[in-house]
Amino acid sequence: MKDIYIQLLRITQDGIPFTSRPFKDAAAELNISEEEVVDLIRKMQSEGIIRRFGASIGHRVLGITANAMCTWNVPDERVEEVGKIMAGFSEVTHCYERPRYPDWPYNLFTMVHSYTEEDCIRTAEDISKATGIEDYKLLFSEKEFKKTGIRI
Amino acid sequence: MIPLDETDKNILNAIQFDFPLDVKPFEKLGEQLEIKEEELLRRIQRLNAAGAIRRIGPIINTKKLGGVSTLAAVSVPEANIDKVAEYINQYPEVSHNYLRPDKYNIWFTVSADDENRLNEILEDIEKETDCPLINLPTVRLFKIGVMFNIR
Repeated sequence: MKDIYIQLLRITQDGIPFTSRPFKDAAAELNISEEEVVDLIRKMQSEGIIRRFGASIGHRVLGITANAMCTWNVPDERVEEVGKIMAGFSEVTHCYERPRYPDWPYNLFTMVHSYTEEDCIRTAEDISKATGIEDYKLLFSEKEFKKTGIRI
Repeated sequence: MIPLDETDKNILNAIQFDFPLDVKPFEKLGEQLEIKEEELLRRIQRLNAAGAIRRIGPIINTKKLGGVSTLAAVSVPEANIDKVAEYINQYPEVSHNYLRPDKYNIWFTVSADDENRLNEILEDIEKETDCPLINLPTVRLFKIGVMFNIR
């Protein structure tokens, strides 16, 4: 990857300042214009290096304290269709297909974040109804041992 | 939990989903939300101080950086949970680690520079903790949002 991409990611990954011209310092450091900084970010986004440029939310502070990992046993031939339906739920923040094991048949994983555990349970029921997948499990996180962002 | 008025909620949703990429992004966002840039910045600063906004920046796709990652789970007897969690946490490559009571009860994510290092970590954890481990790398990605609808 281009050096300038890495440099710009390093400068902005901890967050831009909340000022009228937040890319001013990054531009000065890289010796380019603010317009060029914005263009580079756009390019990284269209190349898929950045998934999204925007705010990370402290969801717990906002009362979104419940999260459940819902795991679903979905017939292989329905994974594509069902995965798309699940991803369409706004409460679903992540949705992945993962391998099965003899003692772990659940192959679709969705993370559900909401205000209460009851909300999560209800969302899982809604997803089940919308997809017809009835073999599923909800795993609530009882304890957070570690949580760090991925940095470069 | 901090009190939010409708304007705060609109701001929180907009800066996650529609942050304008512009030299003066807050002015532009203010126009969209019909509030002055100064007021928007004041509110964002307040939300940031309260922990409701952690940062505004790039969400990096680590796959594009050449790294590899996975989700793994171990099945740990109740009495050993803290010890095993601590052992797993010692790796800087482990980014998330949660207790989720079930058959497999410690769930963690690992990001490493390459496949060899990733496997080395998983094999070591399985061997040293003597607990059954399942490795669950992504086969297909349908959504990675980590955005929240604030209501």
